[in-house]
Order: sequence, then C-alpha cells, then structure tokens
Amino acid sequence: MAIELQPLEQFTIERLVPLHIGRLDVSFTNSALLMTIAVVLITALMVLGTRKAALVPGRWQSVTEMAYEFVANMVDTNAGHGARDFFPFIFTLFMFILFSNLLGLIPYSFTITSHIIVTFALAAVVFIGVTIVGIVRHGFHFLRLFVPEGVPVALLVLLVPIELLSYCIRPFTLSIRLFANMLAGHTMLAIFGGFAASVGLFAIFPLGINVLLVGLELLVAVLQAYVFAILTCLYLRDALHLH
Amino acid sequence: MDLASAKMIGAGLACIALVGAGIGIGNVFSALINSVARNPASQGLVQPFAFLGFALAEATGLFGFVVALIILFGR
Repeated sequence: MAIELQPLEQFTIERLVPLHIGRLDVSFTNSALLMTIAVVLITALMVLGTRKAALVPGRWQSVTEMAYEFVANMVDTNAGHGARDFFPFIFTLFMFILFSNLLGLIPYSFTITSHIIVTFALAAVVFIGVTIVGIVRHGFHFLRLFVPEGVPVALLVLLVPIELLSYCIRPFTLSIRLFANMLAGHTMLAIFGGFAASVGLFAIFPLGINVLLVGLELLVAVLQAYVFAILTCLYLRDALHLH
Repeated sequence: MDLASAKMIGAGLACIALVGAGIGIGNVFSALINSVARNPASQGLVQPFAFLGFALAEATGLFGFVVALIILFGR
C-alpha cells in the first residue's frame, strides 16, 4: 500500500490553549472547543427559536418545537407518569449528544462522543442519578427492583445476582454503545478514504461507498442520541415505578 | 508466528462478531415488514421500536469491530 493508513489519527486530542493548575492539566483542547460549540449552538437554537414565539410558528420556531415535542413524547410514553420532572435533564442529554454526533460528521472536525471518557461520564451521571432517584423515592424498597415477582424462592438465589449484575453494567453498555458506534463509523470513513487515496483511478468505488456511509452515519448519529435518551427514560421508569 | 500476522488474524477473528449484528438487524426488519404487512395501521406504533432494535443490534456487532480496529491501528 502506497499510503500508510492512520484512521485513528482523527481522534487525537490536541491542546489548543495549554493551561496547567499545579500538576493538573486543564488545557483547552479541541474536544472542549467542540463541546462549547455544541452548547452554544443548542442555546442559540432554543433561545432564538422561542424569542418571537408566535401561534403559527416560523421555520426556526417549528424546529425548536419539534425537538421539544419529540423528547416530551418520548419521556411520556417510556418513563411513565411522574417523569415530567426529569424532562429537562433528558432533553439536555439528547440535544447535547445529537449535536456532538452531528458536529463530528463535518469533515476535519472532531467527534466528542468517540471518546469513551465523555460517553462514560454521561452514562455515569445517568446511572448515579437514577439510583439516587430510586433510593429517595422508595427508600429501602428500592431493592425490590432486583427481586423479580412471581419467582420461586429457590430460583431467586440465581436470579438476584443476575439482576444485580445487569443493573450494574448499565453505565458500561450505555457508554460503550455510543462510543463504539461513533468510533467505528468514523474509522470506516477514514479507511475507505485511505483506499480512495491509494488506488488511483479506481478511487470512484471507495468514494461512492463513502458517500453512502456518510448517509448511514447521519442516521446512526441521530439514532444513537435517540437510543441514549430512550434508555435513560427506561432506566428512570425502573427507578420510579419498580417494574 | 510473528506479531504482525498474529494481529491480522486476531482482527479478522474479532470481526466474526459482525455476524450476530447482521442476523439481528435482519431479524428486526423482517419482523417490522411482517407486522406492517399484516396491519398497515400499526406502522407508526412499531417503527420507533424497530429503529431502537436496529441500533441495539448494530451496537453489539460494532463492539467486535472496534476491537478489530484497536488491534489493527491502536498503538
């Protein structure tokens, strides 16, 4: 192969503004820059979209309303009643993941969610928050979540550890799902790009595949944000209603 | 066997995980087509679940794919 493939190079974190507090490295990186852009864009969409609120919405306002209603519907149907209190959190989560996924699709930008530490932090917040909500709402009864109903006592010895384990690996599956999708998609784009660069005249084939892949990635970016939010809703329902 | 070829073989083995993703995605969409063909009115109700299932099934296969990528290109 003429060109050395480095498809993972796009995920390197660079220090844009080196900053150190003592021995702690708090540099402003490209990751932090993209996060800031995502937050600014979401805020702009929401604030400007609702600034001149009209009964018959304009283009901008209808996008805002569509996003709001989409998440509101999702929370209502999946998290059960009494979950509206947590709507702002889930809406924030959904918009942040959606915008960082979509921003990552812009060529030569950086995908925040392709780093497991970012997705794991999000998933850990969800996990810890949901557990605290469950304990506050139900106190000691929260442990009933791990005891399936209508099961013989002999089987419980087997089932309770399984339930406990499946509860504890939730933050890991939640974070790895998002991270793996983003990492795999973007690496695949880079690999086919590398093929296109190394085969000369036949580059049209890998390039065509790349065009299709960008379409798939667009779908995956929206879908993964949706999946992350809907799973958060389902976990929340477990904590609020215990099965 | 030298390290480079062992890496290649390992990456190839890790990609077997994608078989499961293929079967899973096929299952999800065949079930979607089946149910919509039987009851076209149910499309709005079942389609979100189909896409949720698609994303979940795809993700499990991608775990293996990511392992392959890390074996091949990770340093």
